[in-house]
Amino acid sequence: MSLVTDDVGAPTRDATDVQTFKLQRRQTRKLRLFEPALVRMATVQSFKMLDPRHMARNPVMFLVEVGTVLSAIVTVESIINHLAFGLIVYQAALTALLLLTVLFANFAEALAEARGKAQADSLRATRADTPAYRLRDLSSRSGEFVSSTTLRAGDCVLVEAGQVIPTDGEVVEGVASVDESAITGESAPVIREAGGDHSGVTGGTRVLSDRIVIQVTAGPGESFLDKMIALVEGASRQKTPNEIALTIVLAAFSLIFLIVTATLYPMAQYFGITLDIPTLIALLVCLIPTTIGALLSAIGIAGMDRALAANLIAKSGKAVEVAGDIDTLLLDKTGTITIGNRRATQFVPLGGVQPRDLARIAGLASMADATPEGKSILELAREQNSVEAEAPSGSSPVEFTAQNRMSGLDLSDGSKLRKGAPDTMARYILAQGGLIPDGYQATVDAIAIGGATPLGVAENDRIVGVIKLEDILKQNIADRFRRLRQMGLRVVMVTGDNPLTARAIADQAGVDDFIAQATPEAKLAYIRKEQEGGKLVAMMGDGTNDAPALAQADIGVAMNSGTQAAKEAGNMVDLDSDPTKLIEVVEIGKQLLMTRGALTTFSIANDLAKYFAVIPAMFVNFKALESLKALDLMGLATTGGAYSAILSAVIFNAIIIPMLIPIALKGVTYRPVGAGALLRRNLLFYGLGGVIAPFLGIKFIDMAIDPLLGMVGIK
Amino acid sequence: MPSSLSWLHPFWAFALPIAASFPLGWLMWRSLDVPEGRAGRGLDALPMLLCRLIGRKTPLKMDWKRYAIAMLAFNAALFVLSFAILYAQDKIPLLNPDGKGPLTALGYKDTAGVQHDGADTAVIFNTVCSFVTNTNLQHYSGEQHLSYFSQLAGIVWLMFVTPAAGLCVMLATIRGLRGDTHLGDFYVDLMRGVLFVLIPYALILAVALVGLGVPMTFEKAAAATTVDGAATKMETQTIARGPVAALVAIKQAGTNGGGFFGPNSAHPFENPSPWTNLLSIASIVMLPMASIVMAGLMLRNMKHAMVIYGVMLTFLIVAAVVAILAEVRPSVATAGMPVVQGPNMEGKEVRVGPIAGATWAAMTTATSNGSVNSMHDSLNPIAGAVPMTMMMLNVVFSGIGAGFENMLMYIIVAVFIAGLMVGRTPEYLGKKVEAREVKLAMLAILIHPLLICCGAGLFAATAWGTTTVANPGSHGFSEILYEFTSASANNGSGFEGLADNNPAWNIATGIVLLLGRFPALILPLAVAGFLSVKKRVPQTTGTLRTDDLTFAGMLLGTVLLVGALSFMPAVVLGPIADHLSSFVP
Repeated sequence: MSLVTDDVGAPTRDATDVQTFKLQRRQTRKLRLFEPALVRMATVQSFKMLDPRHMARNPVMFLVEVGTVLSAIVTVESIINHLAFGLIVYQAALTALLLLTVLFANFAEALAEARGKAQADSLRATRADTPAYRLRDLSSRSGEFVSSTTLRAGDCVLVEAGQVIPTDGEVVEGVASVDESAITGESAPVIREAGGDHSGVTGGTRVLSDRIVIQVTAGPGESFLDKMIALVEGASRQKTPNEIALTIVLAAFSLIFLIVTATLYPMAQYFGITLDIPTLIALLVCLIPTTIGALLSAIGIAGMDRALAANLIAKSGKAVEVAGDIDTLLLDKTGTITIGNRRATQFVPLGGVQPRDLARIAGLASMADATPEGKSILELAREQNSVEAEAPSGSSPVEFTAQNRMSGLDLSDGSKLRKGAPDTMARYILAQGGLIPDGYQATVDAIAIGGATPLGVAENDRIVGVIKLEDILKQNIADRFRRLRQMGLRVVMVTGDNPLTARAIADQAGVDDFIAQATPEAKLAYIRKEQEGGKLVAMMGDGTNDAPALAQADIGVAMNSGTQAAKEAGNMVDLDSDPTKLIEVVEIGKQLLMTRGALTTFSIANDLAKYFAVIPAMFVNFKALESLKALDLMGLATTGGAYSAILSAVIFNAIIIPMLIPIALKGVTYRPVGAGALLRRNLLFYGLGGVIAPFLGIKFIDMAIDPLLGMVGIK
Repeated sequence: MPSSLSWLHPFWAFALPIAASFPLGWLMWRSLDVPEGRAGRGLDALPMLLCRLIGRKTPLKMDWKRYAIAMLAFNAALFVLSFAILYAQDKIPLLNPDGKGPLTALGYKDTAGVQHDGADTAVIFNTVCSFVTNTNLQHYSGEQHLSYFSQLAGIVWLMFVTPAAGLCVMLATIRGLRGDTHLGDFYVDLMRGVLFVLIPYALILAVALVGLGVPMTFEKAAAATTVDGAATKMETQTIARGPVAALVAIKQAGTNGGGFFGPNSAHPFENPSPWTNLLSIASIVMLPMASIVMAGLMLRNMKHAMVIYGVMLTFLIVAAVVAILAEVRPSVATAGMPVVQGPNMEGKEVRVGPIAGATWAAMTTATSNGSVNSMHDSLNPIAGAVPMTMMMLNVVFSGIGAGFENMLMYIIVAVFIAGLMVGRTPEYLGKKVEAREVKLAMLAILIHPLLICCGAGLFAATAWGTTTVANPGSHGFSEILYEFTSASANNGSGFEGLADNNPAWNIATGIVLLLGRFPALILPLAVAGFLSVKKRVPQTTGTLRTDDLTFAGMLLGTVLLVGALSFMPAVVLGPIADHLSSFVP
């Protein structure tokens, strides 16, 4: 397992810079909601989807389609029987509106599909048909140029500097720097090498230096991206568990309303009234939850789209949905909670040494140290104006080796400046017969307990002080965790540090728990323990030894830079290899469920107003029940055949579908405010709003179409 | 009654059972939810002893299927036994001082108006369905048609065991919800329910009723010489009596509602005074209320139980207030007539009056009791819509046990939709609510409108209904609608006016009674059974709470919206059109 998740060789860029850059890139790739090209595609598709075999997947809309056909038949019958012109126009208009309702539903689904495909295409555009040098076998080194589309899993290809990697694969030989900006947008090259945790390469990225042999992991149409595209497209899209449950609820509601409207026919006969069949169908369609029924598929696809837009490849729709249920997040410390490396933050002089002197010695001792920690010591020393830019002439650097376990600088005057782990330094001084100043051990311990790393600094045979290296928390990370806690999530920090250091950082960052000195086994055990308590766990990983934990976790996000084993084990792949992505995953999942719930509530709450529109309109023109005019709270036009009132309800029912497409595709805004507040807010918006909106909408439509009907003379 | 005191009766009608439901709920919990270690000890030895009679040494550990089968088998046996008793009533030499003939000899008029005498077993089918389902819809008149033996062995016996059966299913359901490894033993639960809850309560109530003047005798009907006997050429009058107090006590305590006499609690022997009226009305809601308290204790989640209790009580209070306000107005029948316009006294006993009558109407239909102290047919249309609405919702305390079961289905649906709205897979009491549970819950909710709408639709369009109604127009339609609603809700109250004792009504409502009872008990039990084996999910701030005011609002809205949406067209054509047309000049 690699705890350093920043890509090797990536220039240190401020974390927030990277974040804004990524956001900007996503913005540019973001599609307009009603992109004309997509709308055209979706419009055509929505007619094709009228196929009853397709419609049967969605019981609510299937019922509407059946009703449309029935209504059409009755209309034709009315024409044949030369019934009143007004009635025929009314029945024809109803039939057309019912058809429109179905088409709107299909359009919503088709648009979501088209957007998903467009998202995927922009990712796939990188993998054009490129020539690939396929090796006959690994040892021979000889091969032939073939088209990348003919590559099969298991093939080995040789890619040299300047060439584009033809397809997804794993480096089996060599090491190279690769430009992955086409996929991740990150301009800095990354190192990909055989055998390590960074062996995965993606098709469409470019090798900048050296040469590598890649084993192809997926044939054409089998890569993760291809699989995700298939998930977005209708054919292999499976309903997720919550979607199935909701479909059952909606189907049951439809059945209740079918019973209610069907039995209204004989009930009306008691009063000597024979109800018009298309009007009954209109009432049925108004009552059954067409709004959510029409948008349900679109919401699911849009969830996948949002994941894709966040550069996440989900292997199933279920994975996105489960993300909303996550209780525990396992986050790597490095790169997620802290910025990549430790930084020197303080010099503690000992044995009467002047602070300025200690800074100078520490700075000089770090001149030859190219590690980020070493650089940060030098920076701190420079801030205190203790060191010059260049090493003094005549000095010779002492590199860190496994033998000496310290680094430093030998000056021309013969003095030896060293820095290293506290106990190493203590042994080094004692071996020279030097003296360890009072308070050395106490200082070292105090720093360690505080979660920082102490380094001892020596000049010749005496310890001059201690350097404090600290993990630097990412900006606003504590805030972010507070948000997560309000969402009901537990955050667990995973780190290779010792428990003392881990605890201190955990306290600073405000995580709920931590796994110190984490091994892959420890991670796996932790996940199992959480799951036994009924919790769902999400984690991110990249190494082959992360694979078991990734597979065990309910949401395992593998980094795209990770090994093939890790990518296979997880149920999502993050193309950005960004450890903070887990938080976004959870939000996308929650948004998906919330959108479904909110639109269901809205859809059912709408029914009240529709009753008050249609029921009085159905009966007021019959002497026996003319008193029902009092129920016409909206004061709709109910003279003549009351066509205007009924048509208005059906029109409202139809146009609310395209009007809500933006909410379905973008999702209901998620705010981490706790379940109670969230429920109250959504109930107010979609529940109460759902009761009120149709009263206004239907009244408005009635005011508009009543004069129109009057003009054609069918009042 | 002075107006300042007129709210006194409804006030006590609410305050008494609410106050008593808490200690009573605690007692029920202690005596019914017996942990394994305490089983058979102390008083609990008694039910265990009785269980030995059916060859059971220790309680069985039933899962939901076995529990449901045991319950169904028991009910099937009840059905056969009671059918036999009623069918052979004239042949049974016991306790029949008035020499009552066979129940089949009742006779009926067919849709063409032709009188048929005798040979109508449909009324027995209907009566047995009615009493086995804890409904007590009566298409006969007890004092005229039943022997004392039939009253006791056929009616009162069922009045004890059928509410107990509902209570048992509730116990098993709650055990499932809290994740017990098994749901208990139906027969042991049944014995405990009868012995520790229904018998003691009914005994105390019966003694109180006797003290307040309700007759309790096995002597045959009294023959009284009337004062103006000579003038009316009817020198003696037969005054029916019998073991009335015993029947009335369990009738009220066990959400039964079937009267000893045809007029039910409007009859002076069943309900002679305001005091018996108050005792009765309190008993109607007492055990249903207490059972919700018991649920809270069993689940160790009193706050959640109080949400349920609160939602139910809110509905009940609103219903009673609406009914009372509609009844203190003049009767629509006398509107505009040159008579003194006072509160609506049509169909009401003077000792009961409009306020106690309306309160009773709301309470008896909210619970699945169905006894009446005034005629619902004569209520003003809006007040008449109240009992109908209560039965259509069917979750306002409702039957002992059955009310919780019905509400559970709405809770599942509310939890499901609300759970989605907070962005998580819905959970109830820490268990994930998934497709299977939702399917069963929706099925249970669907059955009620299916039975009512289809039944009312069928009878409204055919001579079965149209020739049996007593009034034209909307009021007549209300009579049909009410009868099916009462049957499906297992309530048993009647809108009267309807000539319902004929084979069509007897068979149709008989079937509706059965379909309204058993799926409504078994489906929630199955849901609890499925939930019990699921892993418990820990609560977090992201979890939907089911024990706060927000959820209470959500539940209230779900019940109201689903109820309103399913029945609105029917109610509009019935009582609402009735109400609106009564103001049309």
